[in-house]
Amino acid sequence: MQFDQILQYTLSGLSTGAIYALIGIGFSIIYNATGIINFAQGEFVMLGGLLTLSCLDLLKLPLWAAIPCAVAVSTVVGILFERLAIRPLRHPTPINLVIITIGGSILIRGLAMLVWGKDTHTIPAFSGDAPIAIGGATILPQHIWILAITLIIIMVNKVYFYHTISGKAMRACSYNRRAAGLVGIDVKRMVLFSFIISSAMGSIAGIIVAPLTMTAYDVGVMLGLKGFCAAIIGGMSSGISTVIGGLILGVLESLGAGLISSGYKDAIAFIILLLILFIRPQGLFGKADSERV
Amino acid sequence: MKRDLLLFTAFSLFIMVAPQIFAGGYLMNVLVFVGINTMLAIALNLLLGYAGQISLGHAGFFGLGAYLSGILTTTYSLNPWLAMPIAACVVGSLAYLIGLPVLKLKGHYLAMATLGLGIIIYIVFNETVDLTGGPSGLSGIPNLHVAGITFDSDVKNYYLIWGVTLAVMLFSLNLAGSRVGRALRAVHDSEVAAQVLGVDARGLKVQIFALSAIISSLAGSLYAHTMTFISPASFGFNFSIELLTMVVIGGLGSIYGSFLGAALLTLLPEILRGANDYDIIIYGALLMVMVMFMPGGLVRGVPALFRKVFSRKAEGGHA
Amino acid sequence: MLEVTGITQIFGGVTALDTVSFSIAKGDITGVIGPNGAGKTTLFNIITGIYHQTAGTVTLEGKNITGLPPEKLARLAMVRTFQNIELFGGMTVLENVMVGMHTKSSSGLLACALKMPWSISEERRIRAGAMKWLEFTGILDLADHTAGSLPFGKGRLLEIARALAVEPRIMLMDEPAAGLNSQETLGLSRLIKQIRDLGITVVLVEHDMELVMDICDRIVVLNLGKKLAEGTPREIQESPEVIAAYLGDDD
Repeated sequence: MQFDQILQYTLSGLSTGAIYALIGIGFSIIYNATGIINFAQGEFVMLGGLLTLSCLDLLKLPLWAAIPCAVAVSTVVGILFERLAIRPLRHPTPINLVIITIGGSILIRGLAMLVWGKDTHTIPAFSGDAPIAIGGATILPQHIWILAITLIIIMVNKVYFYHTISGKAMRACSYNRRAAGLVGIDVKRMVLFSFIISSAMGSIAGIIVAPLTMTAYDVGVMLGLKGFCAAIIGGMSSGISTVIGGLILGVLESLGAGLISSGYKDAIAFIILLLILFIRPQGLFGKADSERV
Repeated sequence: MKRDLLLFTAFSLFIMVAPQIFAGGYLMNVLVFVGINTMLAIALNLLLGYAGQISLGHAGFFGLGAYLSGILTTTYSLNPWLAMPIAACVVGSLAYLIGLPVLKLKGHYLAMATLGLGIIIYIVFNETVDLTGGPSGLSGIPNLHVAGITFDSDVKNYYLIWGVTLAVMLFSLNLAGSRVGRALRAVHDSEVAAQVLGVDARGLKVQIFALSAIISSLAGSLYAHTMTFISPASFGFNFSIELLTMVVIGGLGSIYGSFLGAALLTLLPEILRGANDYDIIIYGALLMVMVMFMPGGLVRGVPALFRKVFSRKAEGGHA
Repeated sequence: MLEVTGITQIFGGVTALDTVSFSIAKGDITGVIGPNGAGKTTLFNIITGIYHQTAGTVTLEGKNITGLPPEKLARLAMVRTFQNIELFGGMTVLENVMVGMHTKSSSGLLACALKMPWSISEERRIRAGAMKWLEFTGILDLADHTAGSLPFGKGRLLEIARALAVEPRIMLMDEPAAGLNSQETLGLSRLIKQIRDLGITVVLVEHDMELVMDICDRIVVLNLGKKLAEGTPREIQESPEVIAAYLGDDD
């Protein structure tokens, strides 16, 4: 009984964790290319879910068409955000960047409230909701969709960063922006790319999680912060460390909520966040790096 | 020096006669809030505008002050005048202890850590139902009472809150213009140069973080005793952002700017009545516009704008 | 006055400094020279507590100061200036120098905010002291200007005035002549001598050989992280090793 419970919590924790991982990688990609922590990252998650809803309900698109449509629109918002808010900033000090991305995030959230109202919405599961039994626990088909899509995205990412010219250029930027600029990499373009990739990834995360948790104009805040927590555990890596960070966070949260108290569920992520920042700001797996402290 | 004192006296006089000008039952209540928010904005500005350290969790310290005052005076029937300093001491010590590790972090990381801290405090307010009453709040908090006067009307509260706010302003103005204020600004401009000149940057940051938390706690206590009812909703992440907006709009590193920012953001929702919750769109847009076009805030940006307009007119006249 | 023993600094496998030792006599002007990448600035950063070396000790007036943070060193009367002047750009020229008086004053946060009588009189003393140093460096007329708006040469003088306000017994200057025109450099060399005449020991890293040979009592030459030579300007000018290093001769 107890074991089955733990298995159940772990399984559902893994799928939430995968979502955190996707969002966290979005944070890391922008951070590595630009040194910015994009406080608006969570809003793309929200946009993904709600835009899919509109494509389904208003445009009457089938799900397979609605999803790419929603991702495309969120990405356009990401591009606009970079063009209109980040690039024109004359004094890009960390504090100004924090404030401008917070401003952007509030603005996007407010506009979403205008468009979709304050109600909670749901989008249908991708392939029904007949539970599947695994040992003494059950999971939904959507859980499998989440894990599979996360896996695919991570693999695509890997291929992009290690086997394409623009991916390699992006990595060069993350090691040393100035040097990358000196060898002829268009750093501004890479910054734009990083916003494109992370807004697309964020919106996909928002879409695949929406059938499970429902969605509303304000879901981006918490999801965004937890994604950031995953990225911090992973040492702001845009690879496997952040995925592990997300999974650890998802499982701990799910176990904590199930076995201790559901009210403190959200606090768990932030306590982990603070502990990591205090004790190992370079992340659980990273080497010491004075840059961040 | 003389000019500073004159400005402050003029400002105090303005605050004292303001109720005669705006005498309106409902508006008085709003002006009480302007006072509380001014205190909070100054507290955050000391940290952000002077020391250059961001905090996205100040609503938490505000809430801790309010809840400690509330709980001590209701559950433990303590005198409010005693509860307020106790709350301030507890919050100050807590901030000092948390400040030691937190202020080692910089920039974005500091922002995220303080944000996390604020959310944890908010969750605790919601979950410790036995102590705080949980989401439904804590009621029956006594009004302040002194020499036969109970501060139970908007007008009385106005003078109480603004009396304290003016004291906080004077305190902060003095601090800003002093040896310690200069050291803070020096740390902001170049931490390494300040250290080389003998400024203990780390210790100073932690001190100012604690001071900022104490002022926030004081504002929280006063809020609790004037409202007599508090609930977690007033102390969430959104309010921390609202405080940040006040400081940025008013002007980083300007005490009077904090008043401007607080006044504008407190009065704005009253002006925009009927816009309901859509005022957050305006906050977001204001934050972005200010950082992009008026990074010095209203207190510097508006005079600069005037100068620009007038000098352009003068040039036009010559041509 | 200042003793440096066996300083070694390794950055991720690259040895920036290799067992460098020398001592600096009280009241001297000592120049530390060497080609680019010799490790001069790294050495300065170690002595002034900004980096922590891999090995070696630094002694100031017989006291081991290895690993002490810069703010403690200021209290031991050691101060430095930076190659890219690090001014407090948002503050006035006078306020910049007033920050220099930080260790010479003691009013705490509360005393300042409550304007206690002693903090008011201290403030007066700080202001007068700062004015004195502005006068000494010849920029008193700029007292009310914003530091960030100063031309580079004046900024350099301000940084020196600010460092002097600490009332140091030893002052380290990282390339004080960098970015100055010949007129300004001339003024600087006069100023450095005046500083020495106040009884302050001066150590400077400098590329301007004319300046170094003109004002220094002794010179330490670094090359590729090692001490190459040490002596009076004349000895250094005649040293074959130094000449070889500067001309890139590899024999």
